[in-house]
Amino acid sequence: MSTIDLSTTLGNAWFPAPTFTASGCASSGRELAQFFNLRDMGGVVTKSVMMKARNGRPTPRMAETPSGMLNSIGLQGPGIDAFIAKDIPYLLEQKARIIVSIAGETVEEYSTLARKLRGVSGISAIEVNISCPNVENRGLVFACDPEASRRVIDGVRRTIGGELPIIAKLSPDVTDLVAIARGVVEAGADALALINTVLGMVINIDTMRPQLGGKTGGLSGPAIRPIAVRAVYQVHAAMPQVPILGMGGISSGRDALEMIAAGASGVSIGTASFGNPTAIMSIQNELKDLLIAKGFTSLRQAIGYAHRPEGE
Amino acid sequence: MSTINKNAAQIRAAVVSNKRVGQYHQLIINIGELAAFCKPGNFVAINVGGENSRMVLRRAFAISRVSVSSTFGGTMELIVAPHGQGSKWLCAQDEGAVLDVVVPLGKAFGIPTEPVQVLLVGGGYGSAPLFGLAEVLNARGCRVDMLLGASTASKIYAPMEGKRAVNSLRIYTEDGTMGQNGRVTEPIRELISDLNIAVIYSCGPMAMLAAIDEITRGTDVVHQCAVEESMACGIGICMTCVLPVADDAGNIAMLRSCIDGPVMDGSHVQWDKVGKAL
Repeated sequence: MSTIDLSTTLGNAWFPAPTFTASGCASSGRELAQFFNLRDMGGVVTKSVMMKARNGRPTPRMAETPSGMLNSIGLQGPGIDAFIAKDIPYLLEQKARIIVSIAGETVEEYSTLARKLRGVSGISAIEVNISCPNVENRGLVFACDPEASRRVIDGVRRTIGGELPIIAKLSPDVTDLVAIARGVVEAGADALALINTVLGMVINIDTMRPQLGGKTGGLSGPAIRPIAVRAVYQVHAAMPQVPILGMGGISSGRDALEMIAAGASGVSIGTASFGNPTAIMSIQNELKDLLIAKGFTSLRQAIGYAHRPEGE
Repeated sequence: MSTINKNAAQIRAAVVSNKRVGQYHQLIINIGELAAFCKPGNFVAINVGGENSRMVLRRAFAISRVSVSSTFGGTMELIVAPHGQGSKWLCAQDEGAVLDVVVPLGKAFGIPTEPVQVLLVGGGYGSAPLFGLAEVLNARGCRVDMLLGASTASKIYAPMEGKRAVNSLRIYTEDGTMGQNGRVTEPIRELISDLNIAVIYSCGPMAMLAAIDEITRGTDVVHQCAVEESMACGIGICMTCVLPVADDAGNIAMLRSCIDGPVMDGSHVQWDKVGKAL
């Protein structure tokens, strides 16, 4: 029976497996824990948390689309204090590895969130979500503006010190993703999360109006997978030393391997969990079998394998 | 929170039978020993479209009844209206087809500890889970009266055997093709005082639930309603199926109809704020 080393790293954070939840797709973690042990996957990326409790956008918040879905949740959440008091202790009790995702409306809010998290023990990394498409004002999507992206990451880096890895979550809805990625890495990001959902819209032809309460929503699921693979491939080609948490429509071990070959050090699973509560564990097992079948002896060997020179 | 779906599991389950009943399909599905954990008000989330489907989300259906000791082992009954792509696919599944189901999910109807007078109100296929509920209430010693309504006769779901647990059943259609002409909510106010109703259980369109809430507001009648909001996951992780609900202190929060519901206290739901930004 072959075994394989599935461990991976994002910055200085080590994980025994390369599989993660995608932020906003696992709620507090308790809901998925009914179906598998959270400690058995790489880690839980928590729902992006803001300073204050937030109700999010009006319903309908969801529209299924071919091989995907639109969502417009709008960062509903308990606020950072309740999150630290209730959700972190639960995840630690489950022995899950935790990546805390934060979102802010201003550069200062991100720094304040980082300050709140600085003293919390048991966190593996911080994901700085600068690309949520479901905020009231699209002008606040920092990840569409290279300068704003830098300022957010710089503020978090200064606050958090040099210890905890920072993962910047970027949007594919930009003209030059590599330039934005380069900017946040220079500002202190240790890793990148690619990609957030793609902005979309569905019009209900009965009402002849946008289907979602928030009108626009983020498209996720297999429909966006090729966009995600392209994004990961381009950024890895430009900065092969920067670890990437790849996501966008992964629903099988084959999809995960594609993302890893494009340059991802780990994969996040979101929409697939909506359709299948045990998707993360199936993907992890299928990925392991596929890597073994293809002759890899570790996950790390497969990272960026699609970039190898001709003839190898 | 994690106690809500504590008996839920993802299983492969075979279709035992699929029959057309009016505009609906009655599906009996073998869920083995999980049937013993299903309570009236619980629902099931089913994968649709087969292996290479472009439908990535599960579909949620209320469990109308369960049988723990049928010839096939434990089974559940679903009453499905073939409206969308997913429900049409499900209604086309033959006997023997194997489905990927997650069951049982959500918060069930609360059953009174005392044998009180109860009124069950169902709209369209929303009446299906009320018959299983009626049996449980009847066994508790409650007197059960039932009102069913729909736009037209073929959308009334009222199986013969379901009526056994019910003291009285009145049917309303908006076009007068079955029972009385009118809306199911019309006689409620009168029935509450005539029958000394303590609890109303309702299941159906949101407008019907809101109308019942208006009638019970300010009275001592408890209104337990099964709400309907579009869901992506059914297990509490996607945050799409929310609606505004007040707690006892009056604080309003967006609660998930899948995990904090589908059965909710009607007087806590902020009906005028559903679909609006808080």
